[in-house]
Amino acid sequence: MAKIKTSDELIKKSNDCSSCLDAKFKGLKGKRAIVVCGGTGCLSSDSSSILKRFQELIKKNGMEDKVTANIVGCFGFCSQGPFVKIFPEETLYTKVKVADADEIFEKDIMGGEIVDRLLFVDPQTHEKASKQHEINFYKLQKRDVALRGNAEINPEDIEEAIGSGAFLALNKALHMSRQDVITEVLNSGLRGRGGAGFPTGRKWQFAYDVQSDEKYVVCNGDEGDPGAFMDRSIIEGNPINVIEGMMIEGYAIGAQNGYFYIRAEYPVAVDRLKNAIKQCEELGLLGDHILGTDFSFRCHIRLGAGAFVCGEETALLNSIEGQRGMPRPRPPFPAVKGLWDKPSVINNVETLANVPYILREGADAYAKIGTEKSKGTKVFALGGKVNNVGLVEVPMGTTLRQLIYDIGGGIPNGKKFKAIQTGGPSGGCLTEKDLDTPIDYDNLIAAGSMMGSGGAIVMDEDNCMVDVAKFYMTFICDESCGKCSPCRIGTKRCLEILEKITEGKGTMKDLDELKTLANVIKSNSLCGLGQTAPNPILSTMKSFYDEYVAHIVDKKCPAHVCKSLMQYKILPEKCAGCGLCARNCPAGAINKTDKVPAGKPETFPLRVHEIDPDKCVKCGLCQANCKFGAIIKD
Amino acid sequence: MAHLQGQAVKQITEIVERYKNERTPLMMILSDIQKEYGYIPLEVQELVSDLTGIPVSEIYGVVTFYSFFSLTPKGKYVVGVCLGTACYVKGSQLILDKFSELLKIKPGETSEDGLFTLDVLRCVGACAIAPAVSINGKVYPQVQVSQVQGIIDEYRAKENK
Repeated sequence: MAKIKTSDELIKKSNDCSSCLDAKFKGLKGKRAIVVCGGTGCLSSDSSSILKRFQELIKKNGMEDKVTANIVGCFGFCSQGPFVKIFPEETLYTKVKVADADEIFEKDIMGGEIVDRLLFVDPQTHEKASKQHEINFYKLQKRDVALRGNAEINPEDIEEAIGSGAFLALNKALHMSRQDVITEVLNSGLRGRGGAGFPTGRKWQFAYDVQSDEKYVVCNGDEGDPGAFMDRSIIEGNPINVIEGMMIEGYAIGAQNGYFYIRAEYPVAVDRLKNAIKQCEELGLLGDHILGTDFSFRCHIRLGAGAFVCGEETALLNSIEGQRGMPRPRPPFPAVKGLWDKPSVINNVETLANVPYILREGADAYAKIGTEKSKGTKVFALGGKVNNVGLVEVPMGTTLRQLIYDIGGGIPNGKKFKAIQTGGPSGGCLTEKDLDTPIDYDNLIAAGSMMGSGGAIVMDEDNCMVDVAKFYMTFICDESCGKCSPCRIGTKRCLEILEKITEGKGTMKDLDELKTLANVIKSNSLCGLGQTAPNPILSTMKSFYDEYVAHIVDKKCPAHVCKSLMQYKILPEKCAGCGLCARNCPAGAINKTDKVPAGKPETFPLRVHEIDPDKCVKCGLCQANCKFGAIIKD
Repeated sequence: MAHLQGQAVKQITEIVERYKNERTPLMMILSDIQKEYGYIPLEVQELVSDLTGIPVSEIYGVVTFYSFFSLTPKGKYVVGVCLGTACYVKGSQLILDKFSELLKIKPGETSEDGLFTLDVLRCVGACAIAPAVSINGKVYPQVQVSQVQGIIDEYRAKENK
């Protein structure tokens, strides 16, 4: 590929590539295109073999000039994957298996006929939808800011990115003064998407104002919040967009080098990013004198090694510097003394993915999206007990009810909604009364949680909130770096109290102690990890105090989760005596009684079974195997 | 260092060379060694120290800080049970307990025959298919407690062939 040396050359290249994309997606010259979802969920359902099969079929039929097949980023609707989309008709096939590829190719590609059985069926209305925008899951979303190009362009082909408008924002920025770029980002109202919501433009301004021979920009892709995969999908789906955001930032603050810090658990994201950087370098879009200007910039990748605390910005810097990922005391802030003691700005992946949109469309257009104090969109990883699990991008101000019921399709199996956990281990649980709260940074904090990086886990009546608090505390104890004692020792003591409570050994005094301890950790820890670590405890204690009391006073776990406080029982009136439970019991805890099953004569050969609570290990295998629904948790 | 084979010394030297133009490359070097050998024993840390001039105490500090680095070899099959929030609320703790019971090892340990290592994963980003189990990179979606024995047998059968 020829290098792009000037603005004019970029615009020409952009127009050429845009025509190519048009031909591909609008079916000019009789072209057809097949795209296959390459998100994590779909890849684990073997979507790469589906793609391979399509490529074989195209070759076998000699249709290389007419039909293309490639991988794209995440469609987001993971519970319906793998997805295959056919252009120009935009027919969307769901839950495709490798064996279905031949039928799609034969009927749709060769015959122009839709494969009806692979279309999405709405679980409520039972209506079929052949296009993405007809599906409720997508109707309230706005997937063209941070998730721009995701599930559309080939993330491994820079020409498709350029055809969809990549680098035009950078080009615009390079014709502005550095201060004007920062002002534009300030005016857009963009706030950090990593969790705390600090205004991005202000961060940039701090670093811009510091005089230094060398400055750095760092992209925080250490997405450690369990249950969150936004950053991963953004990089996997459109790495160029993030690179462009980083370059604009680099130009604005006066940096020449940018570092991506990415979790080692995300090999696909790392590969796609590496490939994108290489292609940028080949085109001269990274390197010296970009687009004929004085701006020179290079991107580097550093991998994490499985430490949650490295998501904290100063710990992340230490990790890049080859040290233990422990946070540094502040001040000095990284904008003054950051990576290798030089002024540095650390921005989250999603934040950077917003930047090209702001420059391209203008701060005013961006600021029109969202609420008064939280502008733009937010990507959520919607998971847990919700029908439509997946990756969602919505304008700020969308309500939790819209997120869970309209987009998420409600709670499965007719269960009752109990809570939605946002903000991961730093956040809290929101309940029924918060459902109509518009989602933005300040509202979530006022409601006792926080935006966090975007994990949104829905819980139903079967989830025990004390157990959830214990889960997060276990996580934090594992991940506390140990540098400061409130976090290192305090979280351990909190966990011990929670364990005591879930084992039925807690006292009401423990609850007071837990609360005091939580507040001490909150106000005395060194970094964000410790300062927010007690939030899951405090928020569940606030909203579900009764549940804590039930564990302590009644010695009962209302959700039947805590093993010490529940037991399995066989309902004699429902037991058919088949004995399947006894055969599956690993502990030999299920015995025959001498009772015959309800409604059977005394001569009936089978007998009702019962569980010996002393031997039962509460594994739940009996319940999973019972065909008569005769085994309950009590 | 006496324990290290010439081949290993050569390879580790090569890995260190790879990053000689990078500032503070320790994490990158250790990542590559972990990937290549599956663990980073003390002898290797000493060698890296000799080659880079970084004190071995500092290297040991880094190796023991990050969960990706291991001082001991892992089993042939690394069973990772996801305990991310989405998997946890769908019962992945029970899956982990079952693996632990059947393999007779605790999370983080390796079975006596060197076949299995049981690990806890913190979110593999496959929340849509929770609870997820990953064995040497292959992801098993929506695993039930009753399937665990079958999954273990699948790998044992491979060995007995």
